[in-house]
Amino acid sequence: MKESLEIRWHGRGGQGAKTAALLLADVAFETGKHVQGFPEYGPERMGAPITAYNRISDQPIRLHTNIYEPDYVVVVDETLLEAVDVTAGLKKEGGILVNTKRSAEEIRPLLHSYEGKVYTVDARRISMESLGKYFPNSPMLGAIVSICNIMEKERFFTEMRKLFQHKFAKKPEVVEGNMKALEMAYMEVSDV
Amino acid sequence: MSRKDRLSGNEAVAIAMRQINPDVMPAFPITPSTEIPQYFSNFVANGQVDTEFIPVESEHSAMSAAIGAEAAGARTLTATSSCGMAFMWEELYVASSNRLPIAMALVNRALSGPININADHSDAMGARDTGWIQIFSENNQEAYDNFVMAYPIAEHEDVHLPIMICQDGFITSHAVENIVIEDDDDVKKFVGEYEPKHFLLNADEPLAVGPYSVTNYYMEARRAQAEAMAHVPGVVLEVAKKFESIFGRHYGLIESYRMEDADYAFVLMGSAAGTMKEYVDGLRKEGEKVGLVKVRMFRPFPAKEVAQALSHVKAVAVLDRAESFNNVGGPLSGEVLRALFLQKVRCEAADYVYGLGGRDLLMEHVRSVLEDLKKLCAGETLPAFYRYLGVRE
Amino acid sequence: MSDEFRSSKAINLQSKWDELTEGLQIYEPATSVDTITGEWRTQTPVFLEKDCKQCLLCVPACPDSAIPVKNQKRLDFDYDHCKGCGICVKVCPFHAIEMEGVE
Repeated sequence: MKESLEIRWHGRGGQGAKTAALLLADVAFETGKHVQGFPEYGPERMGAPITAYNRISDQPIRLHTNIYEPDYVVVVDETLLEAVDVTAGLKKEGGILVNTKRSAEEIRPLLHSYEGKVYTVDARRISMESLGKYFPNSPMLGAIVSICNIMEKERFFTEMRKLFQHKFAKKPEVVEGNMKALEMAYMEVSDV
Repeated sequence: MSRKDRLSGNEAVAIAMRQINPDVMPAFPITPSTEIPQYFSNFVANGQVDTEFIPVESEHSAMSAAIGAEAAGARTLTATSSCGMAFMWEELYVASSNRLPIAMALVNRALSGPININADHSDAMGARDTGWIQIFSENNQEAYDNFVMAYPIAEHEDVHLPIMICQDGFITSHAVENIVIEDDDDVKKFVGEYEPKHFLLNADEPLAVGPYSVTNYYMEARRAQAEAMAHVPGVVLEVAKKFESIFGRHYGLIESYRMEDADYAFVLMGSAAGTMKEYVDGLRKEGEKVGLVKVRMFRPFPAKEVAQALSHVKAVAVLDRAESFNNVGGPLSGEVLRALFLQKVRCEAADYVYGLGGRDLLMEHVRSVLEDLKKLCAGETLPAFYRYLGVRE
Repeated sequence: MSDEFRSSKAINLQSKWDELTEGLQIYEPATSVDTITGEWRTQTPVFLEKDCKQCLLCVPACPDSAIPVKNQKRLDFDYDHCKGCGICVKVCPFHAIEMEGVE
C-alpha cells in the first residue's frame, strides 16, 4: 500500500472528471486517508478541456497547489491526447491511464516518449454494458484504483457501494450499474 | 460529538452557518462564493434553519439589507467575493461605523482586470481600511473554525464591529479536504444567542441609527470606533482560548512555524501558508534555517506579535498576494515593515508579490527568495523594493 | 464609550470621544424638540387670529411641525422651531398668515 499519491485527471467539461476526482477523494477518505480533491477551472463550458487533482496520503496534507509531478494521470477523453500535454511532469515510476478501445501499445506512440507504464480501459463499452449510457467516470475510477494500489480492493468496493447508495438515494436503480462499471473496469484495465 | 468528514471550504462554511442559524442572510451570487448561499438556501428550503434568506438584486443591496437587518436586532451574515465585495464598498463603512456585528464569508478572488475568477487577496485588501475585522484561513478546517468564532468576536460587548472570514477562492473553497465538523449543539452553545442592547425593533426604546454627524462630532466618532478595534486582539485571543478548551484546536493572532532558531523568515497569509510549511520543511532538510510567520488576523494588524516573532531573524521576506501599485510593495509588507520599525527590530527585509489570479507559489520561487535574503545579509542591494514571483520575464 | 444608555441631552460639544454613544446612535424619540432651529429664521410668519377660520390647512404643510394644535384649533407659532420658510403663508386661503416686513 502506498503512503501517498498524487493524481491528475484530464477530461472535458461535462464528462465527470471532476466528479470522479471528488469520488476518489470520498472513497479514500472513507478508507481512513487524508485527501484532497479539487478542480482547476478555466472557461467552464461543455467540452472544454478541464483538469482535476487528487492528493491521497496517510499524513495530513498541507500543500495548496496544483499537481505538477503526478504519480498517475487519468485521461477520460482520448481526443485530449492530441490537444493537451497529458504526460507533462508525470513520474516515470508511475503511469498513465487512458479511456480508449485501443491497446496500450497503440497509445504509447502518442505520449511524447513517456517512459512509464501505459494503461488502457474501454470505459465507453463498459459504461454502455453496465449502465446503458455513456458515463465514463465510474469505469475510470475503478481502473485507477486498480492500478495505483492506494486501498484494499474489498474495502474500495464496500465503501463505493455505500457512497453510490447515498449519492443515488433518489434513483437507487443506478447503484448496481455503477458498481458493475467499477468492477468491470477494475478487472479489465490493462497495460498490454 | 465531533465527526470527521471531507468537505470543500464552501461546504464547511455553509455548515457553520447552518449551525449558527442566523436570523437573516441577504446574498447575491458571485464565483467562487456562490456555493455558500446555494448550500444555505437548501438548508432554508429543507427547514434546517429558520433564517430569513433574502435573494437581493446586487451586492450593494446585500450589504444594505444586512445593515438594516442587523440594526433591527437580527443576527445577519452574507457571503461574497471579488467585484461583489467591491460593489459593497460604501456599505462596508456604514456597517462598521454603525457598529453592527455582521459576519461575512469572503472567498478571496482577484479583481478585474483582466477579469479572472481565481484566488488572490485584492478584494480583502481593498476593504482593509473599512473598519471590518479580517481573519484569513489556511485550509477548510480553519475557514470553518474561524466562522464559528466570528460572532463571539464581533458581538463581544467591547467590540461591536463587523467581521470578515477570508479563505482563498477555489484553492480551499472548491477543494475537498479532511475536516472535523463539531456537533450542532456544541457550536450553537459556543456561539450563543444574539442579545443586542439597542435595536430598531425594540418598541420600548425608540432608536435613531446613523445620524448625520457634523465636523464637530465626526472625529470623536471615528476615535471611538478605533477604540473598539483596539479591543479586538484581546477578544480574538479570549474567544480562541475558549474555542480550544471546547474543540481542542489552537488559534492565535499569528502562527509561527519552525521560527525558534530561524535565520530567515517568510511572512504570508491564507492557503499558501500550508504550502510554505511544506517548503520550509524541505529547505530545513537541506540545512537552511528558515521559518514561517502566518498572519491569521490582518485587521487589526498584530504588529507586536509579528515583530516579536521576527525579532531574532537575519532577514525576512514578506509575500503579498495583492498589488498596492505604490512602487514599494504590497499591503502586507507595509504592515510588517512598519511593525518591525516601530518595535525597533532590525533585520534585512524584502517584499514579493505572488499568486495573483490563482497562480501557485512554487518551491523554485521560494528558493529564489531565500537567495535574495542571503544576498541582503551579505551586504548586497536588491535591484528593486519588491518583485513578482513566478512571472514570465 | 460603550453601548450603555446615554441621553442625547447629556451629549454636547464638550463631550469627549468616549462620552458619545456607539455609532452616535440616539436612544430616545423626538430629540429634534431639543434642537432650537428657530434661530435659523431670517423672516418670520405672523398669525392673524382674527382672519383665521381654523381650517387647519397650514398645519400639515409646515415642514417643521411648528404650528401647535390644541382642541382642534391652531395656536400661535412655535418660534423655537419655525425656520421661516413661508409655506404656511402660501397655503392659507384666508390670508391669516403674513410674513413680517414682506409686502
